[in-house]
Amino acid sequence: MSASAVHAGPRSLVVVGASLAGLRAVEAARKAGFTSRITLIGDEPRLPYDRPPLSKQMLAPDGPTDPVTFRGRAEFDELGVELLLGTPATGLDPDAKVVHAGGAEVPYDALVIATGAAACGLPGTEGLAGVHVLRTLDDARAVRRALDEGARTVVVGAGFIGSEVASAARKRGLPATVVEALPAPLVRSVGRELGAALSSLHTRNGTVLRCGQAVAAVEGADRIEGVRLTDGTVIGADLVVVGIGAMPRTEWLAGSGLPVDDGVVCDEFLGAGAPGVYAAGDVARWHNVLFDRSMRVEHWSAAAEQGARAARNAVAPEDLRPYSTVPYFWSDWYGSRIQFAGVAAEDGVEIVSGDPAGDHFVALYREGDRLTGVLTLNGQRHVMKYRRLIAQHARFDEAVAFARASATTAS
Amino acid sequence: MRIVLDRAKCTGIGICESLAPTVFEVDDRGELVVLAAEVPEGALDEVTEAVEGCPAMALRLEP
Repeated sequence: MSASAVHAGPRSLVVVGASLAGLRAVEAARKAGFTSRITLIGDEPRLPYDRPPLSKQMLAPDGPTDPVTFRGRAEFDELGVELLLGTPATGLDPDAKVVHAGGAEVPYDALVIATGAAACGLPGTEGLAGVHVLRTLDDARAVRRALDEGARTVVVGAGFIGSEVASAARKRGLPATVVEALPAPLVRSVGRELGAALSSLHTRNGTVLRCGQAVAAVEGADRIEGVRLTDGTVIGADLVVVGIGAMPRTEWLAGSGLPVDDGVVCDEFLGAGAPGVYAAGDVARWHNVLFDRSMRVEHWSAAAEQGARAARNAVAPEDLRPYSTVPYFWSDWYGSRIQFAGVAAEDGVEIVSGDPAGDHFVALYREGDRLTGVLTLNGQRHVMKYRRLIAQHARFDEAVAFARASATTAS
Repeated sequence: MRIVLDRAKCTGIGICESLAPTVFEVDDRGELVVLAAEVPEGALDEVTEAVEGCPAMALRLEP
């Protein structure tokens, strides 16, 4: 196979977004034998870094303060990737095949959009010191500093990232409260019953959990002093971390004509509806053939995989391959590891190992007669076995039988 | 082909196990156990998929 045969197609690849998906995109393009120009554009003024530690190791008193970067600048040079960092993309013209970034026009033949998602803030708290989202290294450093100073911590939103912050505060013995607007936490992620089970980790570890309460007002002139809930309760706070979700970063695509609907709408090949344009990571909503549905996932492993797949499809359009996956994420709370794979269908849940009130359980989710999801608490040995069964379209009763057989073998 | 694991990069989440369970298994502590030093007969496809699918790029194959 000659290089010219492979690259009769695109003569240049531009990747917008320099986090995990964008990084894996440029690496995969080179791995696939693409030898032409590659440009990686990112809005943060730093090399791609790993985000999961921001709400985990980096919040510990003895944890690292510098991020884990995947590659140094020299390694990007070696890879032949031109970096445009600190350079937010501001527009896309898919007819002219040009990305607007930092006042310049960057032409492309193939484009991967990997601009991620932005954490939603709490309206009315702009400019108030001590109120943070947690998405970037700067956010993590600010939260860490506040914890180092012994902040009374309030987390708004009982989701995974906020729960990790509450866990970090409690580990230091600081008072922590989690405020959730919905009557029960994590319903959309893991279902009502198991959302309650996971949330009991908060109360068991001394975090106050207030569900069905929104933030009515924040107190403090320049610096946060407290949070007033809708029932009138005031909770004193030196640190408020807002974890109420993230919005895909598509604002820069306005006027481009690309289909956007809670993410860049892609087909099963991650193709974004314009010639040579693909999307990957948190910003991409694509058709996942494994579940025959449109999905947008904000998961680390999917960002890595989609970045690589999108780039391979972009540089070798004669060899398009679909991207499908069993979505997977993990979260670390109070020294326990939570792992989830698949989708949390509500047709039925069965506990096949452990006890939701205890420190270990494995729960399986069904949709009709099919296994669609697995949630584990401290079940590292279990979760991926079921992820494989989900990918293989296993029936629910087969999965339960597998669980029973494994339990027999183990005992 | 030899299977090489870079423990410094491995996060132990086990994407590899879901792709090639005969060769990779995560234990109770979340540590990856490589069950075979060499790619077993007939498993090259799934092991290759696992190596390429590792989101942490912690796996490689060596001749």
